[in-house]
Amino acid sequence: MNREIRLKKRYAAEQRFKLYGVISILTALFFVGLLLFKVFSGGATAFIKTTIAVEVDYNKELLGFEASQIPSMEEVKQADFYDVTYQAATGFYKFSNDAEEKSIRTMLSGRYEQEIKNYLLNNPDLLGKKEVLYLTTSDDVDQLHKGNFPRDIPEERRRINNFQLQVYDALVEQGKIKTKYNNYFLTNGDSRDAEIAGVGGSMMGSFFSIIICLILAFPIAILAAVYLEEFAPKNRTTEIIEININNLAAVPSIVFGLLALGILLNTFGLPRSTSLVGGITLSLMTLPTIIIACRASLKAVPPSIREAALAVGASKVQTTIHHVVPLAMPGTLSGTIIGLAQALGETAPLLLIGMVAFVVDIPSVPTDPSASLPVQIYLWSEQAERGFVEKTSATIMLLIGFLIIMNSLAVWARQKFERKWM
Amino acid sequence: MNSILLFVLLILCIFSFYYGQSRIKKISSASAITVKSLPHFYGYYQALWCALPAFLVIVFWSILEPIVVKNLILNQIQSTTLQELSKNELTLLYSQIVSLAGNNFSGNITEAVKQGAFSYKNFLSISQSSKIVLFLCAVIAATLFAHSKINNNVHAREGVEKIFIIILFLSATAAILTTVGIIFALLFETLKFFKTINIFDFMFGLSWSPQRAFVRDAGAVLTAAQVQDLKDAFGAVPLFAGTAFIAFIAMCVAVPIGLFSGIYLAEYASFKQRKWGKPIIEILAGIPTVVYGFFAALTVGPFFKVLGNSLGVEVSSESALAAGLVMGVMIIPFVSSLSDDVINAVPQSLREGSLALGATHSETIKKVVFPAALPGIVGSILLAVSRAVGETMIVVMAAGLAANLTINPLEATTTITTQIVMILVGDQEFTSPKTQSAFALGLTLFCLTLILNFIALRFVKKYREKYE
Repeated sequence: MNREIRLKKRYAAEQRFKLYGVISILTALFFVGLLLFKVFSGGATAFIKTTIAVEVDYNKELLGFEASQIPSMEEVKQADFYDVTYQAATGFYKFSNDAEEKSIRTMLSGRYEQEIKNYLLNNPDLLGKKEVLYLTTSDDVDQLHKGNFPRDIPEERRRINNFQLQVYDALVEQGKIKTKYNNYFLTNGDSRDAEIAGVGGSMMGSFFSIIICLILAFPIAILAAVYLEEFAPKNRTTEIIEININNLAAVPSIVFGLLALGILLNTFGLPRSTSLVGGITLSLMTLPTIIIACRASLKAVPPSIREAALAVGASKVQTTIHHVVPLAMPGTLSGTIIGLAQALGETAPLLLIGMVAFVVDIPSVPTDPSASLPVQIYLWSEQAERGFVEKTSATIMLLIGFLIIMNSLAVWARQKFERKWM
Repeated sequence: MNSILLFVLLILCIFSFYYGQSRIKKISSASAITVKSLPHFYGYYQALWCALPAFLVIVFWSILEPIVVKNLILNQIQSTTLQELSKNELTLLYSQIVSLAGNNFSGNITEAVKQGAFSYKNFLSISQSSKIVLFLCAVIAATLFAHSKINNNVHAREGVEKIFIIILFLSATAAILTTVGIIFALLFETLKFFKTINIFDFMFGLSWSPQRAFVRDAGAVLTAAQVQDLKDAFGAVPLFAGTAFIAFIAMCVAVPIGLFSGIYLAEYASFKQRKWGKPIIEILAGIPTVVYGFFAALTVGPFFKVLGNSLGVEVSSESALAAGLVMGVMIIPFVSSLSDDVINAVPQSLREGSLALGATHSETIKKVVFPAALPGIVGSILLAVSRAVGETMIVVMAAGLAANLTINPLEATTTITTQIVMILVGDQEFTSPKTQSAFALGLTLFCLTLILNFIALRFVKKYREKYE
């Protein structure tokens, strides 16, 4: 009897132990799910924007031309659009005083004048005619329409006043409010206004940094790995280099930021806030990752390959370049892509070299000041406005999307090209 | 200028390659000697000799030119002006001269600046023309040398391979250079910092408020009160405590969850479960830390605050608990995959022995496998701790900014990494002890993680030796 009870207890303990394992795995999965759900549910709406249908009168006289005149493209570009845009921006609802007029105008984004002008420049035959345009609304109206602002709180705590709410309801009833694909998000630079802020600038910044990182880190890492794996004599120097590489792989990323600040910016005087310096910093960080991956795949090439090449008279260098390195390429490439994916998500060192600057212009060369995608997430997450929370989540979606693409590319490259040696 | 020279060099190189190749073919067909290497090695030989000396000339010139020109100009200024100028004034004057010479100077053009800019342009043009002359000399001399060697039927492949191996070696030393760079950058500023602040005040001081030591002239003589003030501003103990505290919370989350997942995946999971479970947990490792920071600051932090309010407890919206919890989630895959590997490496015979004696599976794990794997597991946990200590974005976004010596997880604390970011983001004044203190913190962090990694790798190595 006693024995049976003890056995039962032991089996129960067995079951409990197994359960702990299942629970911990499920907890980890729960966190993955929660995080992704939070980001995706909050960010999806940033890809659409709210617009108001507004009738724009491209009247020649309002633009300052004669009625009979046929202005050239250049003249239209130079024309004063104030009257046209003012009429359009205040014409979609009746108002009775200045405060109401201002309320109506601020329902549109700060960009409506440009939107009206650019539309005419793209469709020059509209001159002198009327056209219904869908103008981007301000961030507040946008968030109201997406249901992120509660309406039943007192007016002074709302970002939208009662009159604007009334106008909004009337416009919804008339079917004049429409949601459209947010063309600004992927192409614009940063902005203080959430409705026209975009990640175009920071995507270019990230792109430049990653390309520079690849150009610098990839060749050096392969050469270093080939040296350590194929040529290095077993001595003190080699040992020091190996210890160094392993240590560098574990140094916190922010220390690389301090290195870049102290050496690259202060000693060499490279320009601050640029993706050039960002790329160099990231390349120093990814160097050990790529070296370790490349060494692992060089190790996996069987010695028979080397022996065969040497036996037919190739030199050691010829054997390595012609036979060993090409066979180790798939593993190296996938390690490189994984290293670059890590570099793409890296934030801390970039903060220290000034890539957190507020940059409106989209960088066109690596020496322009720019932000990068993860830094943009950091910058926007500090903003209090509701519109930026949505933008932050959407940027995270983009970043995670890029990371997934890169990692699947790495897996694919390995599976497709790697050879299994018996 | 340099890009033009490099382009010319590239073209010369390509030309030399074909020249060397055709030269050796001509020689071998004219006289009946056997060539010692394949023809293209002679091409490489010629091209490398053409390129390397000239390239070195360009590199050295580009590094030395600004330094030499600056010294010449400053000497000139000092000999012409009567009054003694301080170092800062000289630097200012020099930057004015450079910007005037580059035609983007706005402001008062003084006589000294005008003269300086004139001689700056003068020196620069002398330097440029001498660079070109030296460049051409290097190309011609090296080409002639290689040419004569080829005529003598030198062993070209050996020469080329020697250079190749030297290039490989230099690439391998890039890692050493990076480490040296880190140590140099950190030590340089840290030593300056310890000139103003006593090292013991920094290591053992109990209050941290670097904003009090606002930009102060390094040369000024301090009063006793100011000295006391500086002493109190840079006590790093609250930061060390905050870092350790948040890392501790993170490990409380990561170690049990990570360890049990690792054990389950290694011991219980079927092939299929393992195939799916492992990559999904490793997704957590691939997510950028800034995303965790966002998650901690906007989801977990407010959640704890609301939860605390409903329970009647005061919870700061930037609590150590939120930051630590999210950091722990980030570290789970680290612990789980490392311990998974370690447990898998325990020899099967140990398990079989235990099972044969009648122990259940969990008893085998607890009494046999786990003790055997313990050194490896301790090593992986130490690696995870070093990760947690060096983690930046989560704490910058979700932990507090003010130093606060507390062990209440519901209050805000700050960490070493947070303070480094806070001090160095934005404008930096490199003469102020505030900026230098960030480098001292960086050095502390670097040493701390280095020691942790060193011990961890020792553990893992010892463990491996035991079973291999």
